[in-house]
Amino acid sequence: MRIAVVATCLGDAMFPQAPIATVQLLERLGHEVVFPADQTCCGQMHVNTGYLDTALPVVRHHVEVFAGALDDGVDAIVAPSGSCVGCVRHQHAMVARRAGDEGLAQAAEHGAARTYELSELLVDVLGLTDVGAYYPHRVTYHPTCHSLRMLRVGDKPLQLLRHVRGLQLVELPEAEVCCGFGGTFAVKNAETSTAMLADKMANVLSSRAEVCTAGDSSCLMHIGGGLSRLRSGVRTVHLAEILASTDEGDASVDAVVGGGAGSRSTQRTGEAAGAAHGHGVAR
Amino acid sequence: MTTVQLGMPTVASDPHGHLRGTESFPKAAHKALADTQLRRNLGHATRTIRAKRAAVVGEVDDWEELRRAGESIKADTMARLPELLVQLEEQVTARGGHVHWARDAEEANRIVVDLVRGTGADEVVKVKSMATQETGLNEALEAAGVAAFETDLAELIVQLSHDRPSHFLVPAIHRNRAEIREIFLREMPGVDPALTDEPRRLAMAARAHLRRKFLTAKVGISGVNFAVAETGTLSVVESEGNGRMCLTLPDTLITVMGVEKVVPTWSDLEVFLQLLPRSSTGERMNPYTSTWTGVTPGDGPQTFHLVLLDNGRSNVLASPDGRQALHCIRCSACLNVCPVYERTGGHAYGSIYPGPIGAVLSPQLTGISGPDDVNASLPYASSLCGACFDACPVRIDIPHLLVQQRAEAVAAHTRPTAQDLTMQAMAIAMTTPARFKFAEKALGLGRVLAGRKGRITGLPWPMSGWTNARDLPAPPQETFRQWWSRTHGDTQRSGAGPSTGEDA
Ligand code: SF4
Repeated sequence: MRIAVVATCLGDAMFPQAPIATVQLLERLGHEVVFPADQTCCGQMHVNTGYLDTALPVVRHHVEVFAGALDDGVDAIVAPSGSCVGCVRHQHAMVARRAGDEGLAQAAEHGAARTYELSELLVDVLGLTDVGAYYPHRVTYHPTCHSLRMLRVGDKPLQLLRHVRGLQLVELPEAEVCCGFGGTFAVKNAETSTAMLADKMANVLSSRAEVCTAGDSSCLMHIGGGLSRLRSGVRTVHLAEILASTDEGDASVDAVVGGGAGSRSTQRTGEAAGAAHGHGVAR
Repeated sequence: MTTVQLGMPTVASDPHGHLRGTESFPKAAHKALADTQLRRNLGHATRTIRAKRAAVVGEVDDWEELRRAGESIKADTMARLPELLVQLEEQVTARGGHVHWARDAEEANRIVVDLVRGTGADEVVKVKSMATQETGLNEALEAAGVAAFETDLAELIVQLSHDRPSHFLVPAIHRNRAEIREIFLREMPGVDPALTDEPRRLAMAARAHLRRKFLTAKVGISGVNFAVAETGTLSVVESEGNGRMCLTLPDTLITVMGVEKVVPTWSDLEVFLQLLPRSSTGERMNPYTSTWTGVTPGDGPQTFHLVLLDNGRSNVLASPDGRQALHCIRCSACLNVCPVYERTGGHAYGSIYPGPIGAVLSPQLTGISGPDDVNASLPYASSLCGACFDACPVRIDIPHLLVQQRAEAVAAHTRPTAQDLTMQAMAIAMTTPARFKFAEKALGLGRVLAGRKGRITGLPWPMSGWTNARDLPAPPQETFRQWWSRTHGDTQRSGAGPSTGEDA
């Protein structure tokens, strides 16, 4: 298949390990990956903060870039982010229609019908639950609200995780409760957001996982930011990174991402986490 | 609008009543978040009721179909609301009732006060009325020298403590037993001083107190859960039976209902009587369902008045998307699943309508007057997690309405705010790939901020809201885009076939 990747603005600029892992995984599975280089952002933050008119050109840009990719023979579009796909699928056409642009709305729907969140692409489109990954860690999965309730990905991420060799999946109590990120909510209602985060972290810690994973870098940035402040030693790692890991090691992600020196070492929870598969950037 | 004087009920000076608080959501939430007792009470109550609801909803095989039925009945009702209300009026009048139309809270209160005065009564018993909470009727009655007694147990607790409801179903959800005992001891005339906080003892004390009122009051005032247009029948569902006493013992019954409570037919009622109790109290059926149609000579109240309250509802109806908010049957399921409500409680929303539905209904009813309107902060009192939609028995798309109301809040900016300018600047960068790449480069600054520890632990306002409790990672040394051109060259495509070939 020829698959176009949406790096997402946050993924491109702040958490490249997620789109990089997405590319590596899909290439390893034998697919041709396309990166439409003019892409920027899906406009989710504008839409969800109520800037529907300001979002319009951003939406138009996204729709046009990926319409171009589809014209170019791309079979599917994938983003390692439930919330970005949620925006593309459920909000782009709304923004266009509100502005009275029916042509854009239809183009948006056309693109949205071919845009998938990573676990949807793997399970529904490619028919895979075992992607041949190896990740020898104790992992808990946070389902993220937009994957869960906007996209209804159900247990697809769990199916994928269950097939990862070496991975010990542990249950996250009250998994389906929001972590409190919510985009600008985390800043506008910082105290409420933090109260929600505190409960999420307590649940993560009680699961005794070494790694908390999810399908959205933004939620992971929030949970990981809290866990880092607590010096908890639990890392957050995007689902794509886990699925991209193999027992042959894959140092490329480690080589290119990460903050200043020592950022990772402070977060390691022992031998295993320090192995070549520890793709998570310490937060 | 109102100023709060401790120990004194507030007087609604806004013609629209209690639909606006005095401070923005984040400010009001700040107090609630600091109140650990309140958070414990709320967390305990919402968790219990969530579990009960999930269990009884799980028993119904066709729950999703029922929800869809509820949704379409409501959509149909709203599409022909004027006609259904006229039908309701005709039917109520034909069966001996009187119908009054009230444009706003002030007018509704005036109508009710005049009706009560006309009977010569100086006290009334009340039950089940969000609408009169909305209008601030109790205060209006008090100003007219009429004492109003709430008879719903939780409402009674709220009234005795000079508090305001914080939940549709459990208005005193923020109180625990020990607090209730204290309130009773302090405020209930003639209460046994040896009262304990055992639920049964508390209920008995309330019953003794209320019975005296039921037997003496000449006027009852009620709300309504549903009004059936085809027969002019009003209906109240409840758990305690106090409502039934209120509805049957007084000589005069005055019912105040928001115009959206009408349903076309009895068979529509059937759908809601299944959806409501399961969603609301987590019961298969509520213990008491009362219905009454006009007046029946020699049985129950001999005079019946129905006050139809608009108070902003016509405006909501005029919005093609927003009118969904009028579908609400006030079951409170969305409150109980909302992680924001669970932590801040109902009072933080200012308006009498709290939680996710309140966050979209209140600003629609009042309109958003400008950037400083406290109701402009309500649509942002959500992380858009979507749990409210899944819980709502009539499938109101609350997350969508939240976004729509945020757009209204933005549109109410009279001159550009700092946020507006940031959003515009970002939109420009996000539609110009060259500028976007340039903006990404500027992130290198973040690495400087992060320093050697690789984490950003303190940023200036408004981002301090983030870094007060969370670190930010340092931006990576290489963006995805840079990685792509380093590993894949400037082509947009990877080579066909597996590049690191295994498991292909
Ligand atoms: S919006 Fe839905 S869930 Fe919330 S109170 Fe109304 S009917 Fe119940």
